[in-house]
Amino acid sequence: MAGLRQRRVRRQRALRWIVVTLFAVLTLLPLVAMFEFTTRDGWDTWRVFFDWKALGETYPILWTGMKASFWLVLLSVALTLVLLVPTVVWVRLRLPRLRRVVEFVSLLPLTIPAIVLVVGLAPVYAWVVYFVGGSSVTLFLAYTVLALPFAYRSIDAGLSAIDVRTLSEAARSLGSSWATVMWRVVLPNIRSAVLSAAFLTVALVLGEFTIASLLNRANIQVAINQLGKSSATMSVAVSLAALVLAFVLLFLLSFAGRRRNRERKTS
Amino acid sequence: MTSSGVRLSALRRKFGNVHALDGLDLDLAPGELVALLGPSGCGKTTALRILAGLEDADSGRIIVGDRDIANVPANKRGMGMVFQAYSLFPHLTAIENVEFGLRLRKQSSTVRRRRAQEMLDLVGIGAHAARFPQQLSGGQQQRVALARALAFEPSVLLLDEPLSALDAKVRVQLREEIRRIQLEVGTTTLFVTHDQEEALAIADRVGVMRAGQLEQIGSPEDIYRTPATPFVAEFVGLSNRLAGRVTGDVVEVLDTKLPLVGSVQDGPATALVRPESVDVTADPAGAGRVVAVSFLGPLARVTVALPDDTLVVAQLESARLPELPTGTAVRVVLRPVPVVVSAG
Ligand SMILES: Nc1ncnc2c1ncn2[C@@H]1O[C@H](COP(=O)(O)OP(=O)(O)O)[C@@H](O)[C@H]1O
Ligand SMILES: [Mg+2]
Repeated sequence: MAGLRQRRVRRQRALRWIVVTLFAVLTLLPLVAMFEFTTRDGWDTWRVFFDWKALGETYPILWTGMKASFWLVLLSVALTLVLLVPTVVWVRLRLPRLRRVVEFVSLLPLTIPAIVLVVGLAPVYAWVVYFVGGSSVTLFLAYTVLALPFAYRSIDAGLSAIDVRTLSEAARSLGSSWATVMWRVVLPNIRSAVLSAAFLTVALVLGEFTIASLLNRANIQVAINQLGKSSATMSVAVSLAALVLAFVLLFLLSFAGRRRNRERKTS
Repeated sequence: MTSSGVRLSALRRKFGNVHALDGLDLDLAPGELVALLGPSGCGKTTALRILAGLEDADSGRIIVGDRDIANVPANKRGMGMVFQAYSLFPHLTAIENVEFGLRLRKQSSTVRRRRAQEMLDLVGIGAHAARFPQQLSGGQQQRVALARALAFEPSVLLLDEPLSALDAKVRVQLREEIRRIQLEVGTTTLFVTHDQEEALAIADRVGVMRAGQLEQIGSPEDIYRTPATPFVAEFVGLSNRLAGRVTGDVVEVLDTKLPLVGSVQDGPATALVRPESVDVTADPAGAGRVVAVSFLGPLARVTVALPDDTLVVAQLESARLPELPTGTAVRVVLRPVPVVVSAG
């Protein structure tokens, strides 16, 4: 009996290692290959990549795309959180019947292909251009919509883990304004959910190509694509850097979640 | 201490087509502890939440001190509240939780800390000030919640079944302490519960609610001894339901004439008789038979079956049990205390 179970445990462990190794090889191999490709003719590519002044002069397209993506990340995260956190909390507290509706609406962007989204966004952006100009940074409006499903899920899950209603009523009776309830009571208790919503938005914005390209805007992915035609090594180097950044973010995300769990148990 | 009286008058609140409150009137004198007692769903929580400002009444007046506060938002009402569910802020330690209300009132950190520690000491949990809520038991969490609600010297303290999630022993211990603390700080308190024993044990006055209205309010003794209506008699304490006949201001039950509470039409009726008003003596010629005996410490309950199969429960001193084993023939005598009857 015990021997049998032990054998099964051993077999499972072996299987687990095989799966992990396979996965690691499959994900790391392209990255390693990319790295090899960029360093085949020496380290010049990376030297330029980290020398931002040279980068801006040598590859103006790339520099523009990176700057645009930087602002897109910041604005998309800010707008997503500012819109979503209070709304989801308010729906939970005051309009519980609307929860399903809000969930449905926020999941919609997931079901619509990017191409179709662009068809709908084009006339909207005609207005955006009319009012605030054609800067690539205005893409953050579209990206906020794209990020909605992921950010909503994450924040909603965070709120499910606490009794928002009782906590906010306790805070109200102790004298808190609604702003204080949000800032001092709700946010600290859904910190890791908000963080993961932010990270997911960052990853999404850094990786987005279709909409930017079809609307004729520049972001980092569009720049990488254009650069691929003239300077293959730099375009691959930038892709690699973007991928690693996304990996690091996702790793931080799972780390933030884990740390929160440990705090709950021990401290 | 700035304790205020409270007057709720003609409060109404509808949810869909449920009348949660249907014209509730309730007064609390300054410093008084009133328990609001009633079955689940009778509107107790709604009444308390309206007083706290967490819910709006459809109509009616809410007066605290001499001010109508119906339009004052919850965070400006200065009412301390303890909830049924655990409500401590999970990201703050016990003492930080207690400081929360003081911080909002812009007190300096040293004053705040000292006051919070005093409050934790008062509720007997001073040694655990640095713990997080998850590290405290249910009873300890409710103590901290009480300290938090009292720390900023609220004009009124509101408790909504604060003990119902706790186990029986902690519940009894904590309710006594709530009473001790309430007497010490002298805050006007509304204590909501569905547990009649809890209400009778803790309150200056008990208000019994039924379907959104106050059925009766009075001292625990009044409520228990002279219930005004059959509902109160049945909800508070145990009652035997015995068939009888009303004539004038007495009801005849088991060949005994008992005075009536209130006035009822002449005719057949059901009298509600407390077990402690029933006496049972061994008598070979008696018509009753002991069918069950339960021992409750110093007291015991004896169930007697009458020839018509009516069961009567009597409460006696345990010392008398040896003469009344199961199967004994007994005579049942009712003490002539006033009883409530319900028609039919
Ligand atoms: N937010 C609400 N929405 C709908 N119905 C409610 C709500 N709050 C209370 N009720 C209804 O009002 C009645 C009284 O509820 P409540 O005051 O919670 O009773 P109690 O606290 O005495 O158990 C119940 O029938 C309950 O279902
Ligand atoms: Mg209730």
